Amino acid sequence: MVSPPSLPNPLLTMRGVQKRFGATYALRGVDLEVAAGSVHALIGENGAGKSTLMKTLSGAYQADAGEMTFGGQPYRPANPLDARSQGVCMIYQELALAPDLSVMENILLGIEPTWGPFMRWSETRSIAQRALNEVGLETVTPEAIVGQLSIASQQLVEIARAVAVGCKILVLDEPTSSLTQKDVAKLFSLVRRLKEKGIAIVYISHALEEVQALCDRFTVMRDGETVGHGRVEDVPVHRIISMMVGREVSDLYPRSVRRPAEIVLEMKDFAGASLPRKAALTLHRGEVVGIAGLIGAGRTEMLRSLFGLEPVKSGEVRIGAFRGEASPGRRWAQGVGLVSEDRKTEGLAQNLSIAENLTLTRLTGMGPWRFIRPSRQRAACKPWIDALPIKCRDAGQAVEDLSGGNQQKVAIARLLHHDADLFLLDEPTRGIDVGSKAQIYALIDRLALGDPGTGKKPKAILVVSSYLPELLGICDRIAVMTRGVLGEALPVASWTEHSLMLAATGQTSDASSPPAV
Amino acid sequence: MSEPTDTAPSQSKRVLAFAARLVALVCVYLFFAVLTPGSKGFTSDANTQLMLQDIAVVAMCAIGMTLVIIAGGIDLSAGSTIALAMITTAYVLNLGPKGAEWVRSSPHIMPILAVLAAMAVSGLVGLINGLLVTSLRMVPFIVTLGTMQMARGLAKLVANEQNIYPPSDVVGDLWIARLLDPARTVFTFPFLPTAVWLVILCALLASLFLRYTRLGRHTFAVGSNEKTAVLCGVPVLRTKLAVYLISGLFSGLAGIIFFARLGGIGQPTEAIGYELFVIAAVVIGGASLLGGRGTVLGTMIGALIITILRNGGVKMGWPQYTQEIVMGAVIIVAVAIDNLRNRRRS
Repeated sequence: MVSPPSLPNPLLTMRGVQKRFGATYALRGVDLEVAAGSVHALIGENGAGKSTLMKTLSGAYQADAGEMTFGGQPYRPANPLDARSQGVCMIYQELALAPDLSVMENILLGIEPTWGPFMRWSETRSIAQRALNEVGLETVTPEAIVGQLSIASQQLVEIARAVAVGCKILVLDEPTSSLTQKDVAKLFSLVRRLKEKGIAIVYISHALEEVQALCDRFTVMRDGETVGHGRVEDVPVHRIISMMVGREVSDLYPRSVRRPAEIVLEMKDFAGASLPRKAALTLHRGEVVGIAGLIGAGRTEMLRSLFGLEPVKSGEVRIGAFRGEASPGRRWAQGVGLVSEDRKTEGLAQNLSIAENLTLTRLTGMGPWRFIRPSRQRAACKPWIDALPIKCRDAGQAVEDLSGGNQQKVAIARLLHHDADLFLLDEPTRGIDVGSKAQIYALIDRLALGDPGTGKKPKAILVVSSYLPELLGICDRIAVMTRGVLGEALPVASWTEHSLMLAATGQTSDASSPPAV
Repeated sequence: MSEPTDTAPSQSKRVLAFAARLVALVCVYLFFAVLTPGSKGFTSDANTQLMLQDIAVVAMCAIGMTLVIIAGGIDLSAGSTIALAMITTAYVLNLGPKGAEWVRSSPHIMPILAVLAAMAVSGLVGLINGLLVTSLRMVPFIVTLGTMQMARGLAKLVANEQNIYPPSDVVGDLWIARLLDPARTVFTFPFLPTAVWLVILCALLASLFLRYTRLGRHTFAVGSNEKTAVLCGVPVLRTKLAVYLISGLFSGLAGIIFFARLGGIGQPTEAIGYELFVIAAVVIGGASLLGGRGTVLGTMIGALIITILRNGGVKMGWPQYTQEIVMGAVIIVAVAIDNLRNRRRS
């Protein structure tokens, strides 16, 4: 346990903050101190608890234990509005703007200057204009409709709104993930200006280059705990990385000796309607290939266009012996299965049973002719429930009752039941506990190895993940997607977390690549 | 690419969309005008009068529906509320012992009482819609589907499942039955029936309300992104409540006009399915069923288009079923266009 931080005069303190969801701890005791007029980096891998902590700070979650003070007073926001009115503003990656309204209305939403029930438009406009000037968005008129602005400008509008309501702490959650280099520079200079004005900024990121360029102090989180803090200039980057990664990774990620066989997937000059812009890849049976990259780089879009869920613009795809147009139905028939990154709304039908979800793509042999006997459906699930294992009452239980990890196992078991040859896994371990993660890693390894004893052929597996240790742990080769362009898939031994991160942010020798559109 | 530096593109786009609607309106009008010429045709004075009467009902109701749809909701109870308001009006005018003595004895007070009662009842329906949507957080579609049935049933109950005939010798001369006085033509002062002027006034007020009041702007914010509105301290529930209440009141006004449209009687089975015409008018007028967008002026054009289609079909001698098929197709096409616009936006 690290000693808690002790700044002389912090604006915000969090001590021993805990947050539980059911039986799992998302936060196990977090300490954080942030001083006014400083930029504080909150660093950690995905799933370390950064977002949960910030949702607790902004009132979206209530802490189960621990203390928070803000400006010397006890601080316990009832909801995000309460936090906001006290001066704590969050800028999420998903922007919270009303797209149909004008810039000035968004900035002054909820605090409109009025005269009785009537809007005072000229004052609204001038206040909004001032806020826009403050965030360096002079090129946008207050009357512009927010939905028609670029993402970068929308982000600045939201910051302008935080400024207009008089925020004292501004939390930026991965603010650069969907920005171009030019916009990142603009954002950084804005953050520095806000800092000059005495606003405390909490900057969530796992891009350490950004942290070094921008932040004064940092706090590292891992598995819901504070594992380190200090001044950015005092601590070398490799020490911060070791704080982030922490545990010995070898046990968690089994990797048997694999023997890649014939090509299962071949992609050339592949481009989707908007993303990816250019991708080429070959994947062999008995091989696990990982795709790294920042959120919004086009990794998910690549899997989805490959699977026929999003339109393909150009390029050539060969899956086994198949060519031709992609559609999800056709892909399943060709032995391809996709596990969606969003198991809540896309991957699984939440209120249907495990059996319904698991057997959905292959309902043959469940009864005479085309009829389906529920008992056979449930029986078909039994082996997978035992093998993975999926912790549940029985196969008739609704998926929504399961934990995230068990839900994810159901999603993967669907591919097993379908007996797919090519597994497309999009963030397969997002938001699940470490135990389930380990089981899924072991499963991936078993699948890639096959089982000569029972005649089970090895599978080909393509994994998209934002969690770098995981990719480095389970993959044979890794390719990095940078702003829609997929790099070459290199053997895992030639990558480190650092080099992956550099490649993902586009800071390798590949600096001549065109800026994102 | 960088962002647009001013609002010119969005504004010109909006003007263009509006112009497209005007062109559609003119085309529909010309279509029927050319195909049914003559003194008994589509453009005849008598038919123009008839259309003005229909427009007044649909357009009045559509004003309230515009607000609801901008706020991201829907009000399926509008048609039934029209009927309930109409029945209430007729019922009050028919009160009194042995053959409605009250309206005979006080022909000035009773119409006012009738209007107040109709507005109170329709406002109550709107209020119930709003309360169910906000306090129980139920889906507006289901809530108003339920109150649609209830308001219809209530109208039949009050009317004892018959038409209500207030004494026509008195009521026929009252202003309330002459809101759509056919004696007024478009060529003599004041050019339009009182009810049409009333619609124009209400549309103007509603436009100003949406543009210039805080509640009006909050209506857009709630419909555009409800979560953001909550975060920013917009009184979301109060806004929704107000919008459904206002919608109920406009349906009530439409019901009073409908009473005049029928020449001063109350029919509990009238205005069935009107909510669909009204919703179609709002959508054709450019509002998004996802909320956040819409204008009263657009809705007025939508109401004109819908009414012309209905009336023109009759004039063409189309059988009832053809009219229904055409109307259904127009509603689907309008919603399809709405969807296409949204897809392009996202």
